[in-house]
Amino acid sequence: MEYFLDIASLLNSTFRISTPLVFAAMAGLFAERSGVIDFSLEGKMLTAAFVAATGSYFFGSEWLGLVLAIMACVSLSMLHGFASVTHKGDQVVSCVAINILMIGLTTALAAAWFGEAGLTPTLNNDQRFLEITLPFADALRSVPIIGLIYSEILSGHYIFVYMAYLLVPVVYWVVFKTSFGLRLRAVGENPSAVDTAGINVFSMRYKALAINGVLIAFAGAHLSTAVNANFFREMSAGRGYLALAALIFGKWHPKTALLACMLFGFTDALQIRLQGVALPIVGIIPVQFIQAIPYVLTVVLLAGFVGKAIAPSAIGQPYVKEQ
Amino acid sequence: MKKIINIFIALSALVFSTSLLANKIGVIYDSGGKFDKSFNELAFRTAERVHNELGWDMLEFEAANNTQIEQGMRKVADRGATLIVAMGFAQADAVAAIAPQYPDVNFVAVDVCWVDDPAGNIYQACYLEHEGSFLVGMIAAMASKSGTIGFVGGMDIPLIRKFQGGYEQGALHVNPNIKILANMTGTTPEAWNDPTKGAELTRGQIDGGADVVYQAAGGTGIGVLQAAADAGIYGIGVDTNQNWMHPGSMLTSMLKRLDLTIFAQAEKTAAGTFEPGIHFLGLADGMVGYAIEDGQVTAEMQSAVDAAAAEIVSGAITVADWSQ
Repeated sequence: MEYFLDIASLLNSTFRISTPLVFAAMAGLFAERSGVIDFSLEGKMLTAAFVAATGSYFFGSEWLGLVLAIMACVSLSMLHGFASVTHKGDQVVSCVAINILMIGLTTALAAAWFGEAGLTPTLNNDQRFLEITLPFADALRSVPIIGLIYSEILSGHYIFVYMAYLLVPVVYWVVFKTSFGLRLRAVGENPSAVDTAGINVFSMRYKALAINGVLIAFAGAHLSTAVNANFFREMSAGRGYLALAALIFGKWHPKTALLACMLFGFTDALQIRLQGVALPIVGIIPVQFIQAIPYVLTVVLLAGFVGKAIAPSAIGQPYVKEQ
Repeated sequence: MKKIINIFIALSALVFSTSLLANKIGVIYDSGGKFDKSFNELAFRTAERVHNELGWDMLEFEAANNTQIEQGMRKVADRGATLIVAMGFAQADAVAAIAPQYPDVNFVAVDVCWVDDPAGNIYQACYLEHEGSFLVGMIAAMASKSGTIGFVGGMDIPLIRKFQGGYEQGALHVNPNIKILANMTGTTPEAWNDPTKGAELTRGQIDGGADVVYQAAGGTGIGVLQAAADAGIYGIGVDTNQNWMHPGSMLTSMLKRLDLTIFAQAEKTAAGTFEPGIHFLGLADGMVGYAIEDGQVTAEMQSAVDAAAAEIVSGAITVADWSQ
């Protein structure tokens, strides 16, 4: 029983930590599968965190905050599209510009609106997404194994955690089982062929970017209106980059990208619990070593097991219509 | 036309003379940001007090990263600062480089107590945070019902180990069997900036049975205290009185009275009695302590802690400094 609770705690932590990564990786998947590099997941996640917290504070509704965050992120995605799809600018440069702009803008807007640079007012519990206890969770706690798994692991998460894991099969279905998905992938592999078939490459890439903006907003809202109760400057703390790494690590495929996100989440959750704990034989491991575990594991897995990650062939190349 | 020029000259002379005459306090913030509800914000509020009560002008610099600190400090000195407050150990090298070049400017270096001072214009303030942390550790152990308490530090540096060490010694002083869970957020300056990670560390400790959590983690600590409030356990704030952040679920806060230091040195700078040198400030000077207002410290706890504080000052209890 004691071990069960330890494992439950570790798994719950893994789910919470991976949630923003899963949203961001799925958002990145749409953009990159359509041939547009999305290095700006970080900046958009930060924007969403800021807008969700601010919107929820002003309007008193966390859902309205989320809607505003979606609008903000879709606008940024459209900006990225305007620069790199319509005007054929360098996609990485456009992304870096968005990241730098949003780090500064979120801090400055917080200063202008709340008088505190980089910090929004604390939301009360009516303005936040709280943890959801699934029906019958308490009643089923006494049922051995299944009841415990249900009440300790499946129940009691933020709504975004459930959304993130339900999102993955939906993304898989859209990308691999629908005609929209086929076109999306084709645009990222061979845009001229798609153009020949009479499909508008630009419009496909804009649609992919719009979906990208919607999904990344959930990651930001999770940070500022669920786990925390306010926005703090640079609170995305590299999660956008980590999600991009998970996407590449997962070979631009929803299932493997999900596994990569969960691996990052799991190693992070594990290192939290291993800090300062004396292990058999080796004793207490220095904290720096423990904190390096996620990265070491990634390198080992990447080099040893994952094999070559092949990017969509037209990624990073602006499409120029033949004259 | 000539008249206009004359007015212009007169006006600009007026502007320049007032800005030259007025004393100016310049604050260089540490990473973690000006509004971290803690360390940096306390320096900002004190500078505001100096502005309001002593009539000084205020200059500020917030570095985006550590490489900008020296440049920023030089800029603040060039803009005519009378007293520059350098927040945090990361600014030690910048203070050591710049102070000798501006012998007329006074410097207060908070959390720095080891740089050479050839020009004799640096007040180096190191606080005995382990003494204050000892007291909140005692309070934590007395308030804990589960017999397990937690500590969340920011960046893993000797200074933060000092907070942790004092806290653990204080808790063990009250209850030799207490279990203490301690986590550091990271090993880079980003560790001051990640409330989500702070919340996650706190939840890990709560799952491990902790019912009181002490944070010394800058902006990350906002997430720690939020997670503690969400889970209905006690949080302990740091540096300034953070009890107001979550009324009812904040036990106390460890106070580091850098506000007193900065304000006193501003007054002394104006009076020409600035005190350069290395200063270790602790319980004996009333420069560390714990906050009662808005917290949940009972009278019983208070008397036990005050007795221990007197013993620390008298030397009957020695608190080991884990940063050594």
